[in-house]
Amino acid sequence: MSYINSKAEQISSTILSNKRVGQYHQILLNVGAVVKHCRPGNFVVMSVGGENSSLILRRAFAISRTSDRGEYGGTLELIVAPHGSGSRWLCSQPEGATVDLVAPLGTPFGIPTTPVQALLIGGGYGSAPLFGLAEVLKSRGCRVDMILGASTSAKIYAPLEGKRSVSSLKIYTEDGSTGIMGKVIDPLAQLCELGEVDVIYSCGPMGMLAAISTIAQTHEVIHQCAVEESMACGVGICMTCVLPVLKDDGTISMLRSCIDGPVMDGARVQWASVGQSS
Amino acid sequence: MTQDFDFSTTLGTAWFPSPLFTASGCASSGRELSQFFPLSDIGAVVTKSIMLKARTGRPTPRMAETPSGMLNSIGLQGPGIDHFLANDVPWLVENGARVIVSIAGETVDEYAVLARRLRSIGGISAVEVNISCPNVENRGQVFACDPQASRAVIDGVRRTLGGDLPIIAKLSPDVTDIASIAKAVVEAGADALALINTLLGMVINTDTMRPHLGGKTGGLSGPAIRPVAVRAIYQVHAALPSVPILGMGGVRSGRDALEMILAGAQGVSVGTASFSNPSAVLMIQNELLGLLKAKGFGSLHEAVGFAHRDELADVE
Repeated sequence: MSYINSKAEQISSTILSNKRVGQYHQILLNVGAVVKHCRPGNFVVMSVGGENSSLILRRAFAISRTSDRGEYGGTLELIVAPHGSGSRWLCSQPEGATVDLVAPLGTPFGIPTTPVQALLIGGGYGSAPLFGLAEVLKSRGCRVDMILGASTSAKIYAPLEGKRSVSSLKIYTEDGSTGIMGKVIDPLAQLCELGEVDVIYSCGPMGMLAAISTIAQTHEVIHQCAVEESMACGVGICMTCVLPVLKDDGTISMLRSCIDGPVMDGARVQWASVGQSS
Repeated sequence: MTQDFDFSTTLGTAWFPSPLFTASGCASSGRELSQFFPLSDIGAVVTKSIMLKARTGRPTPRMAETPSGMLNSIGLQGPGIDHFLANDVPWLVENGARVIVSIAGETVDEYAVLARRLRSIGGISAVEVNISCPNVENRGQVFACDPQASRAVIDGVRRTLGGDLPIIAKLSPDVTDIASIAKAVVEAGADALALINTLLGMVINTDTMRPHLGGKTGGLSGPAIRPVAVRAIYQVHAALPSVPILGMGGVRSGRDALEMILAGAQGVSVGTASFSNPSAVLMIQNELLGLLKAKGFGSLHEAVGFAHRDELADVE
């Protein structure tokens, strides 16, 4: 049994900036001292729609990057796709608006103690938390290669400043509008065979994570993935975001992706059973 | 809590310093919410309904947001009564929480077996008997839809527990006459009533053109159902004015809690609101206290059922 991130706090946070980047919004939040406890892979939840909103559930967003310096003190950045009613509300908020936030939540990506060759794979705006991760890995002496993919060019999130932390960056689009036409998993088996990958870190749609897991397991490469399941609360009380996961004792448990995730060992997630009756 | 105002309440023989509780299924076993406020500050933690054996629950998706509400289709996922009593209850007691244990069985006998396990456990204030979870495979299993089945479950639990622990029967609003079900369970030995469980609902995904939830149907909760809850509390309090009611269903402010108290509730549980605000129970508790004082009530007790006062005058 796992417990909520012991550093989680409920705070009122000010939106410092809200910029459109391609099909996404880059939202910078003032979070004060909370930032010290935010790690790559952690997420936040916030209430949306204002006090009398009919949107009653919290929305979860992966933390893209954090900074504890600068004129505002602690800040964190979210990359938001304005697809649903809650994310559209957030993207429409002006600078200076306040939001009710709980942060940080969930498990972080595990950081190796010795330098390794890390491959970071992001689908769509799932790339957002990978740039903060890349900075940490680089500072530990790791070689960091990155592969990003999406259906089309406008759905690739790859900020210029983020590219500084990676040794190589390959982009795949299904329509060929940017980079190589194809999917992020296309080159994966070959890279694993060449021995150029010690650890894969991934974030993106569940289908992509499942496909990476299969290849990673075949080549015995560690795969840490940040899963995405719909959540009502993000703090472990609603039991909606569960996934079937193999535990140490050989049993399969429905674990909460908000408490035991979002970062999970891809080899332990029972991908074929996600969404299946037990 | 406060010097000049009696905010305390009772459910049967159990006493609580405040009338604000978590709602079962919306606080897990309490530990997560303790990250946001001391659990001893609220009336009690009502734990997620526990079954005899560990249960994985229903497949995902388990949730759909609806206008001012949500559907859930969890299916009573949980560790089973033995693990729960060995781990979760001791932790709550150590942390100063008052504990109401919610139990759910698949058969009449199973409720009695669950109740027997609770007899020797210290630190439990009351037992909620959940006979109304909508997320079970067989609608025939929703005991609270039938007065005879409801009576049989409560009777079995009452016989097993003796007079030790107050029994709170949790009822479903998905019935024609909730007052008749309430009467049946009170006759069988329930000391109090929890009103209401979620309403059975469904969302169809218009992209896949199939039911959205893995379990197809789910329980509707949130502010959307509050008028249904207020009506149920009002009707049952009118029929059984001396039976304590724990009101719940879409409460997200002190004003909403006051509405349930006025309808006849002696306590109020906060459920879905904790999903949108993990400190909601404490916030609502503070707001309710302020509102009761502002209205000129001298105690919580004075406000219970106050909306019925004209009808009482007519009878006299």
